[in-house]
Parts: sequence; C-alpha cells; structure tokens
Amino acid sequence: MAEISSRREEASAAEETAGRDVKAAESCLSCRRQFLRRTGWFGVYAALAGMAACLLRFFFPRVLFEASPIFKAGLPENYGVGHVETKYKAEYGVWIVREADGIYALLAVCTHLGCTPVWFEGDDRFKCPCHGSTFTREGVNYEGPAPRPLERLKIDLAEDGQIRIDKRKRFRLEKGEWEDPAAVLRV
Amino acid sequence: MDDKKTSVSEKVQETQVFKSVFRHGFEDTVRNRVLKVMSNVFLHLHPARIALHGIKIRHTWCMGGITFFLFLILTLTGVLLMFYYHPDKANAYNDMKYLEHDVPFGIIMRNMHRWAAHLMVITVWLHMFRVVMTGSYRAPREFNWVVGVVLLTLTLLLSFTGYLLPDDQLGFWAVTVGTNMARATPVVGHEGPLGEELGMTAYNDVRFALLGGSEVGGNALLRAYVWHCIGIPVVFTLFLIVHFWRVRKDGGISGPL
Repeated sequence: MAEISSRREEASAAEETAGRDVKAAESCLSCRRQFLRRTGWFGVYAALAGMAACLLRFFFPRVLFEASPIFKAGLPENYGVGHVETKYKAEYGVWIVREADGIYALLAVCTHLGCTPVWFEGDDRFKCPCHGSTFTREGVNYEGPAPRPLERLKIDLAEDGQIRIDKRKRFRLEKGEWEDPAAVLRV
Repeated sequence: MDDKKTSVSEKVQETQVFKSVFRHGFEDTVRNRVLKVMSNVFLHLHPARIALHGIKIRHTWCMGGITFFLFLILTLTGVLLMFYYHPDKANAYNDMKYLEHDVPFGIIMRNMHRWAAHLMVITVWLHMFRVVMTGSYRAPREFNWVVGVVLLTLTLLLSFTGYLLPDDQLGFWAVTVGTNMARATPVVGHEGPLGEELGMTAYNDVRFALLGGSEVGGNALLRAYVWHCIGIPVVFTLFLIVHFWRVRKDGGISGPL
C-alpha cells in the first residue's frame, strides 16, 4: 500500500514538473533553439541575397572593348563655315558642323529610336532612314516621329590645337543645354 | 532446333534481359495498357486516358498542341544549327550563309527554324484567342491563364533574341531599336523618367546589362545567343511544365462549358 501511494506521489510530482516545463517552453520555445534556428535561417537568406546580388552584378562588365569616347578631329582651320563633316560618322557616329559663330558636334543617333540618320547636302537636312525623321543642320527636329533635336557633344581644343570631342557628355536643346560653353567651340 | 511450340520471339520474351527492359509484356487488355503507360517515364507524362472532347478540334483548335509541336521543331533544328554557328561579329552572318549554301540540308534546317519561329508566334496567339473564346481561363483555371501569358511573353522574347543572331540589317536594327526603348524605361533606363536621378548612365543602366556594353556590338550578339539558346528556353520549359501539369490536374483539356 505504501509503495503504491508513493509511486502515485512520484507520478503526480513528475507531472507537475513536466507541466512547469511545458509552460516555460510555451513562453519561449527553448530560447536557445529559437535563437539558433533564426540565426541559421538568417544566414541562409543572407547568403542567397548575396548570391543574387553577385548574379546581377555579373551582367555589368567593367572593361569594354569599344572605341574610345574621346577623339580628335583635326584642326579648326580645316572646317569651312557652313560645312558638315561626315568622315567621323562611320567610326565615331558624330558629325562636325561649323557655323559662323562656332563649331559643334552632333551625335549621329536619331532621337526617335536610335537609327543613324544621313546627311543630305542638297537638302541641307539630316534624314533618318528608319521612320523618316528629319533634322536641320543645327540638329533641330522638324519632321517625322523624332520627339526632340539631335544631341550635341562636348567639344573643346586639345593641347595640340586639334578639335577634341567627348561623347560621354551630351547636351540637349530642350533643356537649354546648347547655351553651355562646352557645347560649342568658338573659333 | 527451335521448339515448334515456342517461336524465337517468344523465347526472347522469356529472357531475363527482355523482362528487365519490358516489364509488362504485350497483353492487350485495358489494365495492361494503363499499366504500361503508368510505368514508362516517357509515356507517363501523358494521361493514361483522355476525354473524348479533348480531340474535338472545333473546340480546342489544337493550337496549344501545334504550338508545342513547333517548339519541339525549333529546339531540334536550333540544336543542329548550333553546330555551325559562331556567335561573334566576324562569323555570324557568314555562318548563316554557310548553312544555307554549303551545309548538307543546312538550308532546310535554317528555313524550318525561321518558319517554325514565325508560325509559333502566330499559333500561340491563336491558342490564346481559343482559350478566351471557350472561357477556359475561368475558375479554377485562372492561374494557368497567367502562366500562359508568361509563356506568350517568353515566346516573343525568344523570337526577338533569335532575330538578332544572323547579324543582318534586320536583326541589327531590331536590337538597336529594342534596346533604345529599354534605355527610355523608367528608373532602370538612363533616359527614362527618374533614371538620371537614380544615377543611371549609358554605362550602368538596363540597356548596358542587355547589350554588355554601350553599343550594339559583339557582346550584344553573344548575350542574345546565350539568352536565346539557354537562358530563356530553361525558363520557358519550367513554365511549360507547370502549364501542362495544370491542364492535367484540372481533368485534361477543358471541355465545352
């Protein structure tokens, strides 16, 4: 009788401690395990995010084997007033135009969808073969689907006196940038 | 001497090698037919049975099936073309000409590939129209419709990237125009709204990533080639698997309402 009752007491005591453990567990699912789990998953997601970032960066090469965006175009004396020079179009995609008040460089990319227009000396116009956009000698669009004028490029004199053009810097008329002194070479 | 009661073929069918390969014999009962379909990895991709309305051309137009068939033709002819095509500026156009003139049956492979590509774009639109006409986008098939639209987009992208590969006038200007549209995209394009404010230039925007440079050159050709042959087909296949799976799970091709 005594053994049975003591066993009953042990069982109920064990139940109580088990009950206390369960209550403690409900407030923090074994805090250590929760911490480890969260840290582990954080590490997994961080690693995946890092890999995704690396994958995205992979598509942007650091070194390009394209023609240099800066090139020299001879001496200003070789350009007559009112002349549109087309010999740099094939390699650099640029026309060089001399007006009475200065020399400027036009980017040979149609502002509609990027085709290469053609200079027609007889019509005094740049015309794009793709969709018929037409530009004046200044580069202003006045016909066809082109929404804005051709872009002018940074132009200055190099140390040796040659005209130097930097294609990386663009100037747009609609933003008033043709007034910028870097957009035209006064000679 | 052969036993006259059992022929050679019957004896072969009794061998362990044969039984290892063909597990269910040739008994022509319904049960055995289903058993053979279910236990074959290639056949089990199809349902063991289809409903009669599944072959009702007036309802289905069979356009989905034709589109898939064209995709298989494009894959096969595409792989064959890859044996003779170098994806660089010096060779691309000449390789296309070489395939047409000097490779035995090369002109058939090239033309089949081009025709199948154009036709697949047409049939995928017709398939879409059919699904609209028969209301097969309605519950519970809404998700499969979305998957289908994604497949349509991927088909057009495959068409676009493939168009550039011959490096002819059509392809070159097509990719020039397409990527110039990309540079006008908001946020990610350097000429689009919010692009410049976010620091996008011609050397780091989405157009740069698509072309692998600032101009349509050798990098652009190679990237189009990789997207066309591997990148997009892998994604396409994944969505196609889901698309077919969904049709299966919804009880086969949708019948008349």
